[in-house]
Formats: sequence, structure tokens, C-alpha cells
Amino acid sequence: MQIYADNAATTKMSDAAITAMTDCMQSFWGNPSSLYTIGQVAKEKLEEARGEIARIINAEPREILFTSGGSEADNQALLSAAMIGKKKGRTHIISSMFEHHAILHTLQKLEKNGFTMTYLPVHENGIVRIEELEDAITEDTCLVTIMTANNEIGTIQPITQIGELCRKRGVIFHTDAVQAVGHLPIDVKAQSIDMLSASAHKFHGPKGVGFLYVKKGIVLSSLIEGGAQERGKRAGTENLPGILSMTAALKEAVAGMEAHNVHQKQVRDHLIQGLSEIPHSALNGDAVSRLSGNVNFSFEGIEGESLLILLDQKGISASSGSACTSGALDPSHVLLAIGRIHDVAHGSLRLSIGEEITMEEADYIIEAVKEVVAYLRSFSPVWRDLMAGKKEFILK
Amino acid sequence: MALYSETVMDHFLHPRNVGVIEDADGVGEVGNAKCGDIMKMYLKIENGIIVDVKFETFGCASAIASSSMATEMIKGKPVVEAMLLTNKAVAEALDGLPAHKMHCSVLAEEAIQAALEDYERRKAE
Ligand SMILES: Cc1ncc(COP(=O)(O)O)c(C=O)c1O
Ligand SMILES: [Zn+2]
Repeated sequence: MQIYADNAATTKMSDAAITAMTDCMQSFWGNPSSLYTIGQVAKEKLEEARGEIARIINAEPREILFTSGGSEADNQALLSAAMIGKKKGRTHIISSMFEHHAILHTLQKLEKNGFTMTYLPVHENGIVRIEELEDAITEDTCLVTIMTANNEIGTIQPITQIGELCRKRGVIFHTDAVQAVGHLPIDVKAQSIDMLSASAHKFHGPKGVGFLYVKKGIVLSSLIEGGAQERGKRAGTENLPGILSMTAALKEAVAGMEAHNVHQKQVRDHLIQGLSEIPHSALNGDAVSRLSGNVNFSFEGIEGESLLILLDQKGISASSGSACTSGALDPSHVLLAIGRIHDVAHGSLRLSIGEEITMEEADYIIEAVKEVVAYLRSFSPVWRDLMAGKKEFILK
Repeated sequence: MALYSETVMDHFLHPRNVGVIEDADGVGEVGNAKCGDIMKMYLKIENGIIVDVKFETFGCASAIASSSMATEMIKGKPVVEAMLLTNKAVAEALDGLPAHKMHCSVLAEEAIQAALEDYERRKAE
């Protein structure tokens, strides 16, 4: 059996997305900046796509900026908001401890340039607390950036409440919605979102394309200088095949969203139930305020990379927050942020399922994980010490 | 391109000399849960020869494969020879490890050293 359970890393392109891309390559290959008909046809397609995306998140077309993906959108959003803040003499930024590195590394860069940061705790359930955000906002705060849903543990943040609070306090609110767009309903007006990042390859679109929503009135700084594309805020001939493909993927994802969520939730909860039967294991992150496709467990006494490779041998593609999967020395900052100490953060498994998953496949995954965890524990010195009572179990 | 060589995968999927030696003459444990790899080596030594060796490892595929390979490399060998085993030799015998995984093979060398030191200490007592 082959089961792809790493949809949070990337998704397989949908047929609609592939067709839209090849159609564009064959029929709308002109440069949208050219004034003859071939160029203007391409331009028309580009603006149609912008309109579609805007409609889906309830924004205006001019508020959508196409980018090379989630990372670029995140970088540009934060650097722009910081510039605006600096002009007003406001240099404090609030974020959370478990953002994606596209956010965290950009914030570190800003920190080196004189900005001060507050990283809100995300607690054991992996959710920021609105009271803590309220207390953290000062006269000096120019930006709040908190992700819509976490990429590792799938926990969904109280975006509408955060948006309302920021609006009331006059602070720009950006959200990295890379894991949410196409999977959760988004309405930038109703949720008081000022800036939002999205990436096509997380909703069955192509890699290397995404968008940034920026509310009218917020002036962007450009990261790439050159031509006047994207209202002068993002130079470079537009990636029209990518943009049309992304738009086709998003339309389809949004049309199927409700049904996908109902199905995935059922399978997700079945997986959680099944994996909970493994002794000394625990679900990471809130069980309810959670993406329907995300299951993340820690298993005591084993290491995640070897778990992944053995699952791969059984046809299951998954991911882990273990240090050895990335070559880093520390395990995932997300798992550390929710209070999983190193010993159990290394032994984590993320399954991010897609709408095509079946209950039979879920059962196969459960059995495979049970088997592999038991096998790895059978020659783990850590597990031996735990069983012999020389060490105390962290996961009861 | 696979992440690991065939030899690494072979030793990871079918680790040799897994387990414990209850009446071992030397036991060494290195690494810690913080860095994500822990290795424990058990040696049975007779007349200066390593007649049996077993290991237990908590760690990634490189760590498990390195432990397995290292045990094969010292089994049946004199203690003096085992003392000279380097992580480079273990990695080479595995047909190489990815650069960021070399540190996992260091543990195999260190675990054997620790077990040999334990053996020397016990002998001195
Ligand atoms: C939450 C989050 N933000 C940003 C990104 C980066 O997106 P991209 O790969 O399109 O640059 C990802 C994807 O890995 C993500 O999960
Ligand atoms: Zn390792």
C-alpha cells in the first residue's frame, strides 16, 4: 500500500491545476506587460485570476499580490509592516513562539535592526491566549503576526478575535495562512485581517507560487526591484502558468472544502483514537481546534527519523519533528514550544492526511505505526530504562 | 538519489548484534536524549578478545546502522584493535553517511570506547 500522509509538506497537484498550467503555457504565453493582443490576453487572464482569489477570501482584486510562495509573502509582509512602524516611531512586534521559520527568521533579522519582539507562548494546547496578546500590545507595537494554523501540529488560532483586537488597538495584523487557505474558510473582512500569506502547493497547486493579501492603505515595500509588475511592489515577469494553476486549484479546494473537512475529521479522529492505544504516547496540540488533516503524536523511547524510514518501507510517507530528520541538533521548536521536552520531542510523528484518505488506509497506518514503535522500543536503551523504572515516564 | 547508501539501509533494516549481554565484561552508554541519539554497547571479552558484542540504540537510521556496523567490525577482534576503531572507519564501511549525519557515527566509536574503559576499570578492581 502507498499512502501519502505528508500533505502539510506539500500536496499533489490536482488535474484542474495541471490543466490550467499547460493551457496557459500553450495558449496564454504572452508577456502581460506587452501591449499587443497576445500580451493583453495574458494580462486579462492574470487579472481574472486576481479577481477569483480576491473573491474567495473576500478581498478586493487590487489587494492581492502574487509572489513566489509563502516564504516570500511572509518576508514582504513583515518587512513592509516594520517599515511602516519605523516611520511612525513604533518598533515593537508581537508574534508567537511556534511560527514558521519564514516568519521567525525575518523577525530575527528585524531584531538585529533595532526592533523588539514579544513571542507569545502557545501553551500545552498549541493556541495563543487572547488576554496575553492584549497585555502584550503597547503604544510602540506596530505589528502582530500570528499564523492561522500551525504547520506541525495543526492547531487553529483565534484569528477573528486577534483581528478585532488589533483593529481596535490600531496595530497591523498579519497572518501566515499557508496551512489554512483552501482548508478553512477565510474572510479577511469579517476576520479583520490586514495581511495574509498563502502558498499554492499546500492546496494542490504548483510549488513556487503564492500570494499576499494586503489591505488597501497599507503600503508595501518591495523585496525585488525591477519592472513595474504587481503595481511596482514585486518586479519580474509574472509567473502566469503558476498563477492560473494556483487559482484553479484554490477554486476546486474551496468548492470541496466542507465535504473534505467532514471526511478528514472522521479519519483524523480515528487515527488519534488508534494511535492513543500505543502505551506512553500523546497527541501533540489541541484535539478539537485543529486542522482536519493533522495528526501529531509523540512516542516515548524512540526517535522519529528511524520511525519515518521504517514507515516509508511500509509505503507510508510522513514527517517528524526529530532533530535527526533535519540535521539540526534541536528537535522542532514547535514541540518545544508546547512544552514537550527534548526526550519526547525527538519521538514525534506528523501525519497530514488529504481528502483521498480512506478508513482502510487509516487502519493500515495505525497497525504499521504500532508495529514500528514496538520494534524500535525493543532495542532502545531509553525504553529499557523506562520499563526498568530507572527513569520516569514523561508520557503517562 | 536515496538519502542513505544501500549498506546503511541494510544495517538499519537488519541490524546485527542487537540486544543485551547480561553478564557483560564491559558496558558503555553515550549520547543523551537532548541531542536525540543514545547508544549502549555490551562487550564479552575472553583472553583479550571480544568474543561477543551487543548494542541497543535510541536514534536515527544512521545511529542504528553505525552501531550495527561497529559491532561487526570489532566482534572477534582483540581489545587493542577495537580501541583503534574510528567513526571514520565505521562511516566508510557503511559506504558513507550524509555530511550532517556524521555526528551520529561518532557515538558508535564513543560507545565502544566507553565499554572498553569500563572493561579496563573492572579488570583493575
Ligand atoms: C506555515 C507555513 N508558512 C510558510 C511556508 C512556506 O511556504 P513556501 O514553501 O511556499 O515558501 C510553509 C510551508 O512550508 C508553511 O507551512
Ligand atoms: Zn542521528
